[in-house]
Amino acid sequence: MSGSAIAMMFVGMIVIWGGLAASIWNAVKVTKQK
Amino acid sequence: MESREQWGTRAGFLLAAVGSAVGLGNIWRFPYVAYDNGGGAFFIPYLFALLTAGIPLLIMEFTMGHKYRGSAPLSYARMHKKTEWIGWWQVVIAFVISTYYSVIIAWALAYTYFAVGLQWGEDTGGFLMGEYLQRVDIVNGATIGSVGSIVPGVFIPLVLVWIISLGILFKGVKKGIERANRVFIPTLLVMFLMIVIRALTLEGAALGLEALFKPNWSKIASPGVWIGAYGQIFFSLSIAFAIMITYSSYLPRKSDINNNAFIAAFSNSSVELLAGFGVFAALGFMATQANVPIEEVATAGIGLAFVVFPEILNSFPGLNGLFGVLFFGSLVFAGLSSLISIIETFIAAVQDKFKVSRTKAVILGGGLSALVSMLYATQGGLFFLDAVDYFINNFGVALAGLVSVVTVAWFVKNLKPFQDHANQISDFRTGLWWRICLSVVTPAVLGYMFVLNLIDNLKNNYEGYPTTFLLYSGWGIVIATIIIGFILASLKWGAKDLDVKTYSEDKGVDK
Repeated sequence: MSGSAIAMMFVGMIVIWGGLAASIWNAVKVTKQK
Repeated sequence: MESREQWGTRAGFLLAAVGSAVGLGNIWRFPYVAYDNGGGAFFIPYLFALLTAGIPLLIMEFTMGHKYRGSAPLSYARMHKKTEWIGWWQVVIAFVISTYYSVIIAWALAYTYFAVGLQWGEDTGGFLMGEYLQRVDIVNGATIGSVGSIVPGVFIPLVLVWIISLGILFKGVKKGIERANRVFIPTLLVMFLMIVIRALTLEGAALGLEALFKPNWSKIASPGVWIGAYGQIFFSLSIAFAIMITYSSYLPRKSDINNNAFIAAFSNSSVELLAGFGVFAALGFMATQANVPIEEVATAGIGLAFVVFPEILNSFPGLNGLFGVLFFGSLVFAGLSSLISIIETFIAAVQDKFKVSRTKAVILGGGLSALVSMLYATQGGLFFLDAVDYFINNFGVALAGLVSVVTVAWFVKNLKPFQDHANQISDFRTGLWWRICLSVVTPAVLGYMFVLNLIDNLKNNYEGYPTTFLLYSGWGIVIATIIIGFILASLKWGAKDLDVKTYSEDKGVDK
């Protein structure tokens, strides 16, 4: 795989899966605080 | 009065919302759309569309259902009596979609069985159209629009699909939909992960991933790519056909609407990305085996699932049948969780308007949909399915989305009250960006997309189908959904139906 393809693959993974992880983490954090 | 049902837990609601959004389109549409629209560069318009249309629209629909606590027609009627027809229009669209969506799940169910022993043989395309669907033009030499006879191979799994779906819906929101999604979604994820991991370890997988992720930056300037991104987000999130309004109407009082929308939207995109890995790794394997470039094997939709994937499975190095069962089984689970949410829209609407029990609403709504779905289980069903699917999505769902967002933002001017409602109960608040996205960006993009599609379809008949056929199975269906919407909206509500029921302060349940 070329460098640009690998870079975009990681960008997609970080943003989309990271976005999901962050929103779930936020929900868990708020629930624990309550 | 019977109190409104509620989700048992927040996770239960989220799994149901994600189950609804994650459907067949995530698996067979997204990977090809991304590949065809700039590869890795597609992420830019895709994420932009997610943040400016997908998530704002989800928040709007979650808020509407939660605030007005009713099915889509009841929620619209409670917002403004004259907008009730939009709710019914969306519900009728959902009804139409349920009639053919169930049939595709039936195909997947049949293919789960065919995967054992790879019963489709070497000519997978010929098997699908000739042996399995017994297409009316191939087998009988009849013209498009002919119905032919019922195909037992489609009819039997279709009956099973309806028994499972309606069986779940009879049980209600908490004991039926929530419980089913608690099984469906984790099972789907595990099955799909197994396929993806296997696909990534196949020879040629890197070739496929290179095709999917290599950015073609020149494409990003093309308006078509942006429309493709908005279309993908819009059609894959189950918005604008009453589902999310219905599901959020079962939320308890204290519900974090904004964060729930982010979780649901990112979950949907996460599955799409995962599907991208699996599908293109497998296509890379196929291209390597056949010694052809990836563009010769890259495809989407029914062709990808029922023609190309069986071909890939034929040349798998081992455990072909098992991976076939996993692939088609995951299509069945993804489809069932979406189908249940689609049917629930009209069950809830019938219950609200006609004051009937859930059992009667399921028998009436689900039964009618099951009956109509038999049309697609005929030899000529594929052509009807193709036309109805195309028109109901591009001119039904897209127009209903445009009309609903314009109505809320510009006619009823309810964006600010909606935002205040969501912000009051959510962990984090949305700001001015949310109102700008819904009042300017989303209507502009949806409007542009709709006009482009309209011009294109007025110039050329979709797939070259005869005009008469498209008039009754495409345009006619789209217009009928609007007319039926108006008719159902003209029926009177009970005296206190349009009062929004309050929540008890302590338990978050109906008083």
